Amino acid sequence: MKLITAIIKPFKLDDVREALSDIGVAGVTATEVKGFGRQKGHTELYRGAEYVVDFLPKIKLEIAVAEGILDAAINAIAKAANTGKIGDGKIFVTNLEQVIRIRTGETGEDAI
Amino acid sequence: MFSIINISLLLLLWLMPELASAEELNQANTVWVLTSTTLVLFMTLPGLSLFYAGLVRSKNVLSVLMQCFAISCLVSILWLAGGYSLIFSSGGEWQAVIGNFSKAFLTQLTTTSLTGDIPETVFFMFQMTFAIITPALIIGAFAERMKFSAMLLFSGIWLILVYVPICHWIWGGGWLADLGVMDFAGGIVIHVNAGVAALVSALIIGNRRGFPVTAMPPHNMTMVVTGAGMLWVGWFGFNAGSALTADGHAGMTLLVTHIAAAAGALTWMSIEWLRYGKPSVLGIVTGMVAGLGTITPASGYVGPLGALVIGITAGIVCFYATQYIKRTLKIDDALDVFSVHGVGGVTGSLLTGVFASAELGGMGLANGVSIVHQVSIQALAILVTIVWSAVISYLTLMALNKAIGIRVNADEEVQGLDTVLHEETGYVDL
Repeated sequence: MKLITAIIKPFKLDDVREALSDIGVAGVTATEVKGFGRQKGHTELYRGAEYVVDFLPKIKLEIAVAEGILDAAINAIAKAANTGKIGDGKIFVTNLEQVIRIRTGETGEDAI
Repeated sequence: MFSIINISLLLLLWLMPELASAEELNQANTVWVLTSTTLVLFMTLPGLSLFYAGLVRSKNVLSVLMQCFAISCLVSILWLAGGYSLIFSSGGEWQAVIGNFSKAFLTQLTTTSLTGDIPETVFFMFQMTFAIITPALIIGAFAERMKFSAMLLFSGIWLILVYVPICHWIWGGGWLADLGVMDFAGGIVIHVNAGVAALVSALIIGNRRGFPVTAMPPHNMTMVVTGAGMLWVGWFGFNAGSALTADGHAGMTLLVTHIAAAAGALTWMSIEWLRYGKPSVLGIVTGMVAGLGTITPASGYVGPLGALVIGITAGIVCFYATQYIKRTLKIDDALDVFSVHGVGGVTGSLLTGVFASAELGGMGLANGVSIVHQVSIQALAILVTIVWSAVISYLTLMALNKAIGIRVNADEEVQGLDTVLHEETGYVDL
C-alpha cells in the first residue's frame, strides 16, 4: 500500500477529487496549508505599507491507495491539477505500513 | 423656615419675571440631541471598536475591543464625577481657565434642568459621548503592545488633565472661546488633541516588534469596513448633533459632513489607484475617516462647495501624512491616529477660518473678522492644544512607565495581548 501526498493549487481541488473518483479512489483527506517552492509570493498593500507575502495557500491531499491503482492515481492527480504555470505543486509517494478501518477493524487493502 | 424661603422666592419670581428661566424646553431639539447622543456612542460602541479591532492581528483583537469598552465605562464615571462639571460649569474668576465642581456628580441636576432649550441631562450625555471617543481614538497608536492597566490609568488621567481643560477653553466658555475660535464639533478638542497624544504615545512606547520589516496586515478587513460604515453614520450625530437644534442648520451640517466623507474617500482611493495601480478597501475607508475628521471643526460653518474642497484636501494631506510618519519617519503609530485625526484636525480647523466666510459659501465669520484674522485664531488654538496635549501626555506616560511600566515584554507581545492580558482568544481553534 502507498500513501500519496499531493500539494496542489486550492482552486484545483474539485477537479482532482473528480478525477480520482472517476478511477475508483473514494477516500481523500484535504488540509489547507501554506507553502512555496519556485512560485514567488505576492504583494499586499495596507495604507501604503507594502508587504511581500512568501507563503501561498495550497491544498494538501493525502490518499491511501493499493499498489495496483498507484500509477493511475498519480496520473489522474497530475493531469487534473496541472495548469502549466509555476506553483502547480508536487506529488509525494511513501510506503504505507498499515491501514485499519476503525468501524469494522478491517486491515490492509480491505481497509482502503 | 423652609416654607418662608419658598414663598419669598416665589414672590420674587412673580415680581421679577426676568429671573425666571428664559428658555423653555424645545422638544424637537431635544429629540435630535437624544438621537445624536445615541449615534455618537454607537461610533465608539461598536463603530471605532470594530474598525480598530479588524486592523490589528487576530491575537490582539480582544485587547482592542476591551480597551474601547473599558474606556467607555471609565470615562462615563469620571464624566459624572467631575469631568462635565469642570468643563461646563462657570468657574467664576477662573472661568477663562477652568470651571468648578458645582456640577460634580450632578447633585443639583433635576429632570427639568435645562442647558439652553434642551434638558441638561441630554447635554451632559451628548458631551459625554465625545469625551468617551477621544481617549478611545488614542489607543490606535499604541495598539498591540500596551499594558491594560497602564492604558486605563493613562486614559483616565489624560481625560482629566488634557481633555477637560482643552474642552473648557474651546467649548466651556474658556479663553479660546473668548478669542473667537471656531470648532463646531471637535476638530481641535477631539481630533488634534487625540492625534497629538497618539503620536507622543507611539514615540514613548516604541515601535512594535518587527516594525517596519515584518508584515502586520489587518486580520479582518470585513470588520474594519463594518466599523467604518458605523463611523460614517454615527458621525451624522457627531457633527449635525453639535448644532443642538433640529433645523436647517443641522441639515446643512449633516450635508457638508457627508460630502466631505465621500470626497475624502474617493480622493484617497484615487491616489492609491494612480500610485499603486489598484484601489484598496482600506484606502477608501481611511479616506472617508480623514474626510470626516477634517470637516468636523468646519461642519457647522461651511457650505457644500467648501465641504467638497475640505474633503478632497483631507484625502490628499492625510494620505501623504500616513506615508511620511510610517515609511519616512518610521514611527509606529500603529493605526495612523496622528496622520488621519491629528493632521486632519489641524487641516480642517485652519480651513474652517477660510471656508466659513460668506464669500466662500459659509455661514459667515464674526462681524469685522477677516479670513486671515480667523485663521490666525484657529492656528493659535491648534498650537495651544498641540503643546498642552503633547506635554501632559508625555509627562503622564513617562510617570506611568516609571511607576508600573507601560509596555508588555517581548514574549508577551509575540504571544499576543488577548491571551496574556485577558486569558481569552477572539477566535477559538480546535
